[in-house]
Amino acid sequence: MRNRLLAEVKALFVKEVMLEWRQKYAFNSIIVYIVSTVFVCYLSFNLRLPDAITWNALFWIILLFAAVNGISKSFQQEREGRMFFYYQLASPEAIIIAKMLYNACFMMVISLTGLLIFSLVLGNPVQDNLLFILNIVVGAIGFSSTLTMISGIASKAGNNGSLMAVMGLPVVLPLLLMLIKVSKNAMDGLARSTSVDEIVTIMAIITIVIAVSVMLFPYLWRS
Amino acid sequence: MKIKGLWWKLLTIVLLLYTLLGGLVMDVPRLVILNETVRNLYFHVPMWFGMVIMLGVSVYYSIRYLKEPLTKFDNNAVEFANAGILFGILGMVSGMIWAKFTWGAYWSGDPKQNAAAVGLLIYFAYAILRGVFEDEQQRGRISAVYNIFAYAAFIPLIYVLPRLTDSLHPGNGGNPGFNAYDLDSKLRMVFYPAVIAWTMLGVWIVNLRVRFRVIQAANTEKMLEKNSSY
Repeated sequence: MRNRLLAEVKALFVKEVMLEWRQKYAFNSIIVYIVSTVFVCYLSFNLRLPDAITWNALFWIILLFAAVNGISKSFQQEREGRMFFYYQLASPEAIIIAKMLYNACFMMVISLTGLLIFSLVLGNPVQDNLLFILNIVVGAIGFSSTLTMISGIASKAGNNGSLMAVMGLPVVLPLLLMLIKVSKNAMDGLARSTSVDEIVTIMAIITIVIAVSVMLFPYLWRS
Repeated sequence: MKIKGLWWKLLTIVLLLYTLLGGLVMDVPRLVILNETVRNLYFHVPMWFGMVIMLGVSVYYSIRYLKEPLTKFDNNAVEFANAGILFGILGMVSGMIWAKFTWGAYWSGDPKQNAAAVGLLIYFAYAILRGVFEDEQQRGRISAVYNIFAYAAFIPLIYVLPRLTDSLHPGNGGNPGFNAYDLDSKLRMVFYPAVIAWTMLGVWIVNLRVRFRVIQAANTEKMLEKNSSY
């Protein structure tokens, strides 16, 4: 039983990666989205670099909206018929876990590329780079686990783009606030022990969200 | 949620009258800054209690609905959420007015204010989500899923926010709790009945709204039958 779930997750995960690799639609569109947003911000700041707090907040808001846009595609691509096909083949738990895993990897690539673009255009005042990158990786996992479920709900409601944002933003907020705090610590180069508490909180939030998603997804899937 | 009999409605009315009269007339401790505004304790704080209770019960009915999709569970879930929103808005307004006269501004970015605002946003999204569906079963199930999911994600927020800034509320951020102001238990004599009264009023509102929904559904069905018989 457990092996079957693992096999299903693996098969579905590979399917997602192959689909993206062949189309490159989601990845490219989100990268261009980040580049244009960063550039709009850069020009709006009148070609000057923002101060540390603004830099940090801007970075995370851009990542958040990239995540909302990117992850909302995770159920959009699936047409009615294909959904029915998966329904017969795999268990709902396997589907949601595979989607979350894939979205986490997707978001990690997107966020790290985003950081590169962001630092190139708006400068990089980060002092503790390792912690900052670790925080981004944790953030990618957090965004993907929270927003995958929301995207599933939005897809049942006819893939309304604004609905995804309306439902997702308040739910993702606790995570975002903690991420911004750790990321500020990393920027100021504070001792890593000061951030341990926040990272543990983030992990706890992610665990809750994943557990609830896996429990609830079968009910969503059935309709 | 159905409670038999008339007694609890009468009790609600008596307790509410006591809250209104006692809250405005009875003696309160003399406190600096707070002065007479401390009477808002009987109206503002029970709104938050009520909101949390209503939303909790709403999640309970959402869980019941997922286990056994009966319309009555869905009706209760949505009406308890609506009552929670109503209490939330009233709590926010009464709190903002109180904050203006004690803390100096309508909005001070207090963690509890922020948490309440986010909570309201979540339930506005819930209401919007419900409006999207036409099929009753689907509306019930998917909105129940969101209700439970959002509630589970909201609880960490209450834990997270106070770590970012200190609260101005009593009992937070080094402020003494309300017990310190209420040395002779004068406030408590009205406060506890007030909490019970407002919560029961909420349940009463939910009861009426659920009955209204049942009648509405029955009427629609009757009309459809009439039309199809032609």
